Amino acid sequence: MTQRNILEAINNALDEEMARDPRVMILGLDVGKLGGVFRATSGLLEKHGPERVVDTPLAEASIIGASLGLAISGMVPVAEIQFLGFTAQAFHQIGPQLARYRTRSRGRYHCQVTIRAPFGGGISSPEFHSDAVEAQFVQSPGIKVVMPSNAYDAKGLLIEAVRDPDPVLYCEPDRLYRLGRMEVPDGPYTVPFGSASVVRQGADVTLVAWSAAVQLCIAAAGQLSADGVEATVVDLRTLVPFDVETVVSAVARTGRCVVVHEAPLTAGFGAEVVATLAKEAFYDLDAPVERVGSFDVPYPAATLEAWYLPSVERVVAAARRCVGA
Amino acid sequence: MTDEMLLEAVRWMLMSRAYDERAIALQRQGLYGVFSPGLGQEASIVGSAMALDPARDWIVPQYRELVAMVRHGYPLERLAGIGMGRITESTRIPEGVNVLPTQVALAAQLPHATGLAWGLKLQKKDSVVMTYVGDGGSSEGDFHEALNLAGVQRAPVVFFLQNNQWAISTPRRMQTATPSFALRAAGYGFPGVEVDGNDVLAVHEVAHEAVARARAGDGPTLIESVTYRMSFHNTTDNPSLYEDPKDRAEAARRDPIDRVVRYLTSKGLWSQERDLEVRGSVRAEIEAAFQRAATFPAVKPSDLFEHVYAEPSPRMLGQRDDVTSS
Repeated sequence: MTQRNILEAINNALDEEMARDPRVMILGLDVGKLGGVFRATSGLLEKHGPERVVDTPLAEASIIGASLGLAISGMVPVAEIQFLGFTAQAFHQIGPQLARYRTRSRGRYHCQVTIRAPFGGGISSPEFHSDAVEAQFVQSPGIKVVMPSNAYDAKGLLIEAVRDPDPVLYCEPDRLYRLGRMEVPDGPYTVPFGSASVVRQGADVTLVAWSAAVQLCIAAAGQLSADGVEATVVDLRTLVPFDVETVVSAVARTGRCVVVHEAPLTAGFGAEVVATLAKEAFYDLDAPVERVGSFDVPYPAATLEAWYLPSVERVVAAARRCVGA
Repeated sequence: MTDEMLLEAVRWMLMSRAYDERAIALQRQGLYGVFSPGLGQEASIVGSAMALDPARDWIVPQYRELVAMVRHGYPLERLAGIGMGRITESTRIPEGVNVLPTQVALAAQLPHATGLAWGLKLQKKDSVVMTYVGDGGSSEGDFHEALNLAGVQRAPVVFFLQNNQWAISTPRRMQTATPSFALRAAGYGFPGVEVDGNDVLAVHEVAHEAVARARAGDGPTLIESVTYRMSFHNTTDNPSLYEDPKDRAEAARRDPIDRVVRYLTSKGLWSQERDLEVRGSVRAEIEAAFQRAATFPAVKPSDLFEHVYAEPSPRMLGQRDDVTSS
């Protein structure tokens, strides 16, 4: 029985995959001696050597572009982008290049590349460090988008990502990195993509979320329960592929739904969830579906972020509107 | 270059020019897609490619290096097929041919080349990567990032910059204030070499040295091959709106094919008969390639969903059913 937090689970997954497969390598800013700004790669340089754990120049586009070339050469790169917001400096290498290389080469080449990127608010980061831009990548067919919310999934989804023959963007909820430990077994296991998890069962309303917002929904469900409203909580785990079936069947049972995410509300992935429910669960809905997101404004200074981010109170209020309580 | 190699080079150069003429004619008839000819740049394209060993080296192209890819093993009929819109498995880069897809997001290919070279080095392979870019592409951030990283990793890569004086309609002087693109290599800690890009012997010599340097573990080289685009940027372009005809006429006096033919003639290696024979044989080869290309299967709607992921998602499969059943 090994207890790990999310950061330790990620470190353990990388360590085990590097030990298992000599092609796996890590590249990014400060991933070597420092072990990453959050220490996710601590100890891996010492254990696996400087050819496989490489500090790169401060240049995100070439971290991704070089990972594409490394993959074609036969390596299995795990690239770290220090914060998801900095993928803006690499976007042209992610959406149009990495994601499309299998298509562009009509299947001659594929890119077994994982991009790890911490993101999310609530840790008083400087500008651009907290942006939840995951939905931008959903509009880039060819890459998978993975959003773990807990340590067990973090390890299993990361191993699945490293082994996936296609590129994967793996977004890490930095606010939860060290927030408690859970059972995370030693040794390899995978959590499949496209398989949402029902983390709590309740008959009255379904809360749908991913990444750190799942923990928010679990806290909200606890408060709602004290008032006699029982919530189901669905953790999507991956946005691409999107597990429509689990969400639709959960919402069919409760007839009510609230979708929660940290990204700005408009055209966030929540919009895709709601549009899908409008088509697939229309006759099971007893109330309009609610969305709780951040506001449609740029990510604010740290002193304002508590008002900007979705909160337990806002999720509870939306759920109450939904159930008419 | 031996005489034999030089004769091979001329043949590739003539093939490049003949293919350009054929593809442009077909494009004007609506039978070929948008096309960027190599006209005027044949010495650059062929001289650089001939420094490579197709069995172990790699080409990471931009889009104006068609015969470089053919010389490296990408069958001409497949490239002709792509031009004719038959973009399927039958026209893709064959297994074992060390060429990456052409790139129209300029300079985006350069970090790929750096990564590929770096990975080949990590695996102790005896391979070199040659990648192509232009004077325009060199203004992109990817140019800087790719060369910088290649320098740090001493990656076995040759950055072959064809300075053809034009980025569509933007002249070289509006692209950069630097007196020489080759100078930029100093900023990345490896050599930069400027060469007369209309002299196939000179191009081959500097490319050969750069490849040898990379193979010996001494890292990257930037080559600036100074040439001139003796045509439009592509078949949608109209240079009469921006190009001084005197510049084109001046470039025509330095036509790389005329130059090498004059040189070979002076050495007694070329004659009118030989000229006719080689031009005739490359045209026949191109015609045969187009004929084979016409037999490749046409695209079909379900191709949209092929080669996006190793396994298509359930949602994609549903979309495919919608398209194929309608």
